Amino acid sequence: MGDFRMPSLGADMDAGTVSEWLVKPGDEVHRGDIVAVVETEKSTIEVEIFESGVVDEILVEVGQHVPVGTVLARLIGTGPSAAHTAPGASVAVAHEAAPNVPSVIEEGPIRRPVPTVAATEAPAEAVGPVVPAMSETRSAPSPAPAGATGPGRVFSPVIRHLAERLGVELTSLDGSGPGGMVTRADVEKAAKRTTGPSARRVRSSPLARRLAAEHGIDLSAVPGTGPGGSVVEHDVQLVVSLATSEPAARPATGTESVTKVPVAEEPTAAVVEGRQAAMRKAIGALMARSKREIPHYYLSTTIDLSSASAWLERANLERPVSKRLVAPVLLLKATALAVARVPEMNGFMVNDESMPSEVVHVGVAVSLRTGGVIAPAIHNADKLSLDELMRALKNLVGRARKGVLRSSEMSDPTITVTNLGDLGVEAVFGVIYPPQVALVGFGRIAQRPWASDGMLGVRPCVTATLSADHRASDGHRGGLFLGEIDRLLQDPENLR
Amino acid sequence: MSTVTYREAMRQALREALGRDERVFLMGEDVGRYGGCYAVSLGLLEEFGPERIRDTPLSESAFVGAGIGAALGGMRPIVEIMTVNFSLLALDQIVNNAATLLHMSGGQFNVPLVIRMTTGAGRQLAAQHSHSLEGWYTHIPGIRVLAPATVEDARGMLWPALCDPDPVIIFEHGVLYNFEDELPDDAGAVDISTAAVRHPGDDVTIIAYGGTLRTALEAAKQLVADGVGAEVIDLRCLRPLDTATVVSSVVRTHRAVVVDEGWRTGSLSAEVSARITEEAFYDLDAPVARVCSAEVPMPYAKHLEDEALPQVSDVVAAVHALGS
Repeated sequence: MGDFRMPSLGADMDAGTVSEWLVKPGDEVHRGDIVAVVETEKSTIEVEIFESGVVDEILVEVGQHVPVGTVLARLIGTGPSAAHTAPGASVAVAHEAAPNVPSVIEEGPIRRPVPTVAATEAPAEAVGPVVPAMSETRSAPSPAPAGATGPGRVFSPVIRHLAERLGVELTSLDGSGPGGMVTRADVEKAAKRTTGPSARRVRSSPLARRLAAEHGIDLSAVPGTGPGGSVVEHDVQLVVSLATSEPAARPATGTESVTKVPVAEEPTAAVVEGRQAAMRKAIGALMARSKREIPHYYLSTTIDLSSASAWLERANLERPVSKRLVAPVLLLKATALAVARVPEMNGFMVNDESMPSEVVHVGVAVSLRTGGVIAPAIHNADKLSLDELMRALKNLVGRARKGVLRSSEMSDPTITVTNLGDLGVEAVFGVIYPPQVALVGFGRIAQRPWASDGMLGVRPCVTATLSADHRASDGHRGGLFLGEIDRLLQDPENLR
Repeated sequence: MSTVTYREAMRQALREALGRDERVFLMGEDVGRYGGCYAVSLGLLEEFGPERIRDTPLSESAFVGAGIGAALGGMRPIVEIMTVNFSLLALDQIVNNAATLLHMSGGQFNVPLVIRMTTGAGRQLAAQHSHSLEGWYTHIPGIRVLAPATVEDARGMLWPALCDPDPVIIFEHGVLYNFEDELPDDAGAVDISTAAVRHPGDDVTIIAYGGTLRTALEAAKQLVADGVGAEVIDLRCLRPLDTATVVSSVVRTHRAVVVDEGWRTGSLSAEVSARITEEAFYDLDAPVARVCSAEVPMPYAKHLEDEALPQVSDVVAAVHALGS
């Protein structure tokens, strides 16, 4: 018996809409099957299942908008073995779980069926269902916390009460009181940490809140235009009008004579605008969180690409036009390989703890024509050949622009690469996509004067930049990392 | 229909009351031979004689007390206190006697007293003669507080105030006396318990009273040019407050700006704001805004006094800051 839940498809996702079910009760599913299509603020995503079994019951109908962690369907015949597999893949899972319930990560072994995390409103409650049976630590908060980390730890009734109210797991706290006692301040601090910025209150007027509640609108997705960016009546009305203008329904003002308004097949300009606004807001929230929480440091180096370019030219001569490689693929591959030397660039920062990933899923920043940016992953980019990588990149960019991405692509990049070279910029200093710890940027490949071996020549060069999380690494390691990218690009045979 | 000043309308009201009921008399400093400090009672001494238009010594506590005694004795006194600033000397009589005797006597003695006084700033009278303390009086249970802001109300509020079995205080804003408006020839008593909508609008409610009503109306006029429909409410009766009129407007407009010449802290505007929040919270689309006097003793210099008082531009700015 297993639950298939609304996954968190990125740190900025709080809820999603089931737009299509690809299975029905009675269907047999296997790990990795795409079972549903979920629409988020950013795009439409095919969601894979991580358990095998038979679909017992579908609990959330198409069109329903539900918070992350909501059980979408129940499976039967899923054994624990199916549920807790793949230690190698566990880090990717950690990423999905991380943004919402960081405490889960401390458990160590993390089961593969990721999307169990509950909505941000109740982060602590989410600990319950997520904790796998094998976990030897957490037990439900009970008056006598037997089996707590320190045997025989005692918590005062006041503390227990407070912890329960704030949803804090007492056994996970280090007490700062006498003899390691957990104090009120400890609990309150922990509560603040777990609620975090994602639980931030949306500034909105009372009227806007009332209207939103009446129309079932999630205020956090409504861009605010009122004083101090607050959401006011007008903003909610706009969303309401967008929502109601989509399907035929227009309020019948007259009597029988009302004719049906023809329904446009394409989303109206207003709807598109609304989605763009929502996406802008989602990006804004995530980037603001990144800049607020992540102590970025930045490095930059200019890399001579003459041997890489020459190699690329030769390699492309052997390929049909449709299979030719582009320079960004070399840059992607070099980045993916360089993390082997400096692994702390690849992974996540969870609860102020760096968690390097063993696999390399490179997120590729793709700008969308309708505005906004999305950074889905190319899985195991370090292991793909350049041709495979080229295909993956084309495929990914195409699907991202069409808005059809898979859940795992959305949620598990371990490092991101952004390339603004085609726009002519020389360097890009990016903002890290939480909870990742590094972002590599490439500018334009341009002919530059280049001194080498005491001679001045003209070489194709690119400026590579690194934005990295100072909690996870220091400038020294960052420098080594950029140096490694440079080294790999000097001998493209390395990249094959 | 004729055009009269606020002062003349007030005088008509006094004349009507004195003529209608022989128990009515007016007393206060300089109300008789001088014709009233603001010339409201000019000519009444000649018309009604010294028995009914009585000059008093400069002793607010004594003559307000005498007024309370006369009211208890069956008369219908109108006591004029030159300005609200001097009413502080009579505060004990008003708060501890006039407002409480009905209660203290177990309902046996009511005090049908009317106290008129000038209030407000704007005439370069500096820090001791420019108070707007209406809000203080509205704190006191047992009295009714009126603020006629129009010629019609100046004409019509006195008689119903005299008919009220309990003490009524009428605040006349000093800048209003020379204000002219049309008054129907048959103008008479008005109600003294409700607020009035003085300018209709759908986008924001501006709540004002007394001296700030004209500020609010002028602001509303300018806002129309900006495409904002401001509904202006004249509170008229400051105690008991007509919350229903205010709330029914805010429920429509979703925004409120309270304009009050009193100092912001502990002002009547605070009470109005609180009531809006209590009763119309879920209809508010923005915090209630207030435009009040600067919290300083009123400056003498004209430009500083203007700076300290709520101005039309302040009201317009406050409305725009709410996003309307």
